Amino acid sequence: MTLTRRKFLKAASVAALVVSARPSAGRAFELKGRMSPGPKALQAGQWGMGVDMNKCRGNCRDDCLAACHEIHNVPYIPKPEHEVKWLFLEPYENAFPERSHRFLSKRVREKNFFLLCNHCEDPPCVRVCPTQATFKRQKDGIVMIDYHRCIGCRFCMAACPYGSRSFNFRDPRPFIKKINPEYPTRHRGVVEKCNFCQELLEVGRIPACVEACKEGVLTFGDLEDPTSVVRELLSEKPHIRRKPDLGTGPSVFYIT
Amino acid sequence: MFNKGWVIGGIIVFVAAAAFPFYWYQIGQGKPFPKLELPAKEKRCVESVEFMRANHMRLLDAWRIAVVRDDLLIYTSTKGDKFEMNLHKTCIGCHTSTERFCNRCHDYNDVVPPCWDCHVAPSEIGKGEQS
Amino acid sequence: MLEKTLHGGKGYWIWVFALAVCIGIGFIAYLYQLREGMWVTGMSRDVSWGFYISQFTFLVGVAASVLMVVLPLYLHDFKAFARITALSQFLAVGTLLMSLLFVFSDVGMPMRILNVPLNPTPGSMLFYDTVFLPGFMLLNLIIGWTAMGAEKREVPLQWWVKALIYLSMPWAVVMHTVTAFIYAGTPGRGFWMTAIMAPRFLVTAFAAGPALLIILATIIKTLTRFEVTEKAIQKLVTIMLYALIIDVFFLGVEYFTVFYAHIPEYALTFQYLFLGINGNCALVPWYWGMNIAILVAIGLLVIPGARTSRPVLVAACVIALIGLWIDKGFVLVPAAFIPNVFGRIMEYPPSWVELTISLGIYALGTLIITALYKVVISVREETEIL
Repeated sequence: MTLTRRKFLKAASVAALVVSARPSAGRAFELKGRMSPGPKALQAGQWGMGVDMNKCRGNCRDDCLAACHEIHNVPYIPKPEHEVKWLFLEPYENAFPERSHRFLSKRVREKNFFLLCNHCEDPPCVRVCPTQATFKRQKDGIVMIDYHRCIGCRFCMAACPYGSRSFNFRDPRPFIKKINPEYPTRHRGVVEKCNFCQELLEVGRIPACVEACKEGVLTFGDLEDPTSVVRELLSEKPHIRRKPDLGTGPSVFYIT
Repeated sequence: MFNKGWVIGGIIVFVAAAAFPFYWYQIGQGKPFPKLELPAKEKRCVESVEFMRANHMRLLDAWRIAVVRDDLLIYTSTKGDKFEMNLHKTCIGCHTSTERFCNRCHDYNDVVPPCWDCHVAPSEIGKGEQS
Repeated sequence: MLEKTLHGGKGYWIWVFALAVCIGIGFIAYLYQLREGMWVTGMSRDVSWGFYISQFTFLVGVAASVLMVVLPLYLHDFKAFARITALSQFLAVGTLLMSLLFVFSDVGMPMRILNVPLNPTPGSMLFYDTVFLPGFMLLNLIIGWTAMGAEKREVPLQWWVKALIYLSMPWAVVMHTVTAFIYAGTPGRGFWMTAIMAPRFLVTAFAAGPALLIILATIIKTLTRFEVTEKAIQKLVTIMLYALIIDVFFLGVEYFTVFYAHIPEYALTFQYLFLGINGNCALVPWYWGMNIAILVAIGLLVIPGARTSRPVLVAACVIALIGLWIDKGFVLVPAAFIPNVFGRIMEYPPSWVELTISLGIYALGTLIITALYKVVISVREETEIL
């Protein structure tokens, strides 16, 4: 008798599996053909940024950071453990720890360097993401995060050698001073970072930080285009990148 | 060893409990479909009413993927009208009250989409400025 | 056979109840973390992985050590292990369940966990873990369960079960190697960027598994009529001893490379672990403790008189297990973030919420292992093949 019960249960569980594995109908939804880029969208092979630290006098109230964090609803969380930042400032010895030594000139030592996501050519964060929630756009090289897909495993934070990524340890809404209704806030439990103002590029505007810097420190352009402002700057002045030995190919260049 | 009475009794109780929504629906009276507030000025939506009613969530998802992943921005409808694929400018631009449009129907169907956890609902605008 | 778990003495039920209480407390703590967000843990922007991921890593190792039991039995026909394979396999089932729950607890958006199978990403090492961990768990559950059934009916193992056993051998190695690759593949974390990570993972696993098995066998011996033969125990001791010695060798190789070459990116974390940096030294006693514990355990196990005395042997196993746990289950993960990519030190103390959730998960795993062991022991007591 036991055997027949066993057999019945086996058959029933197999049947249940078959029924539940049936693909749900109507999942496919194809609208791709109806979509096109914005008419004013700025195009590039690989967006990049030049940061001319010689021009950065710091005679401002960190307008670049404020502009970015305001339009992207980046929360201000006072506790450094749970901070969220897209753009941030670090002294030379923290921005370039492997280049720092005791004979640095006072001018370099005391300067705060402007840091952000490097939108690497070969980003390790993208390599490790288990859901492709973070990815590098083929078209313009921006490293993006899909906030609807991110599961918050923080593998990308372990993989990013630049500390560019922040995790929403808590609900960010109460920490946003003034919410910009045109840009979403994030959910607690996802990772976020600088997106090179993708939402502005697609309507024909340059990134907010570049626009906000009155001293002309920041230049933004296509690294694949020899005539772009960034390429012109790079051909004129000596420059460095953060941790180039890791082979990630950062797209942000510093002139010191 | 099979405890026939208990097994059969149990099955009857289980079926009765599982079928509860069906006979409850027959006994009770369904709530009337809520009245949705439509935009005053704009009469044409992205697609037909039937399509939107059935597929707006899939459309929004397809839009999102196109904008975030494929660097696309403009949607051309079946009728040939062009729309920016932007929840805030396009959708909320017309349907200015999420309470009187989205939520009424969502409440009726008892679905709780988490859109406004991140996207800023019109009623949220201006909140938190004082803090 | 499952009904065996419902018949037990008073002690059994007290144990089950105590575990259930711990699970309940852990679950409440998890609900709190789920509602509040991950800020209730000790993790931070700088140390973004902590206690949960450490436990996951350690427990996968314990599960992989099944190999050290099935390999001698099925490839070298070491018959004395026939009575402990089920213990080892069911231990793997419990530990893998815990590992999966630890990963689940660490994720910021657990409701989206299905995005991993929905968007399979072969480029991500975490993807392989999500394939190999549940697979190995299932494999061992099926093998262990059918083997117990065969034993109960006193019939030989079916051919397909044997095939699964042979499949489980390379599976164990691959499973733990991809766990190591999670760490060994991250540029910019010098502490993890070492080719010896996967070999070290395997030897520490092959030491931790037998150590735990010896402890469990001794507990079972004192509580029931089922006894693992001394021959099997001594074989486990040999395996564990070799694994520990190889681990010390691997550690030494690592220490030489980082300290002699002295490239800051690789040496700084070790410097932090051994001496502390600028007064930050939270992990220093732990790390010294790890090194000393492993050496002490080896010292105890190489003495023939000591390893044949059960109390000394169990003490050595406990010491070894503590050392191995500190290494892989406490230091390995957070230490790689110290100093952080900006050369700053942000230390990581796990929070009470983290520890309570971990307690709950460990209790759940222990409950599963208890139940499965109950089946094994009851079948053995019934068939009188003790």
